[in-house]
Amino acid sequence: MRMGMMASALALAWMASVSNAMAAKATPSASVPGPRVEIQNFAFMPKTLMVPAGSKVIWTNLDEEPHIVVSAGGNFPNSPGLDTNDSYSFTFVKPGTYTYYCSIHPMMVGTIVVQ
Amino acid sequence: MDHSSNDTESPEGRRGFLRCMAMAGAGTLWLMKGGVLQAHGLADGNAGTAAPDATFSFVQVSDSHIGFHKEPNMDVAGSFRDCLARATHQRSRPDFILHTGDLTHLSRPEEFDTVAQLVRDSGAPHTLYVPGEHDVIGDNGAEFFKRFGEKQADGGWYSFDHRGVHFVGLINVLNLKAGGLGFLGPDQLAWLKKDLASLSASTPLVVFAHMPLWNLYESWGWGTDDSAEAMTYLKRFGSVTVLNGHVHQVQQKVEGTVTFHTARSTAYPQPAPGVGPGPGPLKDIVAGSLKHYLGVREVRHVRGAQTLAIAEEALA
Repeated sequence: MRMGMMASALALAWMASVSNAMAAKATPSASVPGPRVEIQNFAFMPKTLMVPAGSKVIWTNLDEEPHIVVSAGGNFPNSPGLDTNDSYSFTFVKPGTYTYYCSIHPMMVGTIVVQ
Repeated sequence: MDHSSNDTESPEGRRGFLRCMAMAGAGTLWLMKGGVLQAHGLADGNAGTAAPDATFSFVQVSDSHIGFHKEPNMDVAGSFRDCLARATHQRSRPDFILHTGDLTHLSRPEEFDTVAQLVRDSGAPHTLYVPGEHDVIGDNGAEFFKRFGEKQADGGWYSFDHRGVHFVGLINVLNLKAGGLGFLGPDQLAWLKKDLASLSASTPLVVFAHMPLWNLYESWGWGTDDSAEAMTYLKRFGSVTVLNGHVHQVQQKVEGTVTFHTARSTAYPQPAPGVGPGPGPLKDIVAGSLKHYLGVREVRHVRGAQTLAIAEEALA
């Protein structure tokens, strides 16, 4: 019961954090949509994303400029160069705080918090 | 092409003129004497006499972004071809061309192939390159350096002397740090210091790199983290011209004897600093006006007078 509540709370936390990004795209589906980061106007949205361990995070580039998702600490593999509408995903198994940035536009910084 | 002529004798007049040019950014011949810029219209009769004893000239092209295929330019190969034609067929043929980076949009082999083909077909003189961040995607520039590098130093940076002027090509698009700007790095700075050490202060310098070597607009990444260190090596020289790309528009700054110039793209314009949500392609331009935003830069050297005359040329 206690575990279940915690899981629900975490799920709510990440759902709240991605609700803006998801609102326009939510479609009824059998599969549960993963947490998403949209890349737009040279920024990661949301800038900080909280997810439960085991989540597959999906980044999608909506800019006309290419971007690359790179872990600042080398804690997950670099994405390839993402052209417009290209996506990249990584499943975060271990809890922790993962700071990442775009290696060609390094002012773009985001964080994934895995709980 | 726009033309203008200004009295730039006084420092105030010069700064005022620079402010105007940063906004208008087109069609003026720049004549630099001892670090002071003078302006001449290109077609008002001054241009031909402004540098009659020019010993040589070269042309800067930048940001060709081969592989980009969206508004406002569906044919970046065509506009690059037009710019190369303009660069190659100046009144006096340039000794060489400098491409200040972002040759390609996505560092793809076929994009590099197209760049090489277009340069070869244009009949351009010897062309030298430095990479932009778009040229080093996925492989830290391995493909770029293999095809277009000068192979002087392991890091890809290089220098050469040409008819009394010392040229330095720097790399500031690799090993970028999270939250940072462009980056030269300690190895390159040590090399630069050593490279300049034996030169007399009267040697004219031209330093070129992709990202601006001054902090033009940090929140859009338009600057270089450790450029201030490089400037400490440059400031003893009487005439330093810094040529950059990256921002797809003409912006200028004077700092002592150092003048900084960013160049137009041959592919598409970007917004002025801070105008709009980000530094992506400027799409809402008046139909048919794209060529006003694209172009090349001609630089003429005048022996003995320690001058570099700089002319901005839009495609239309």
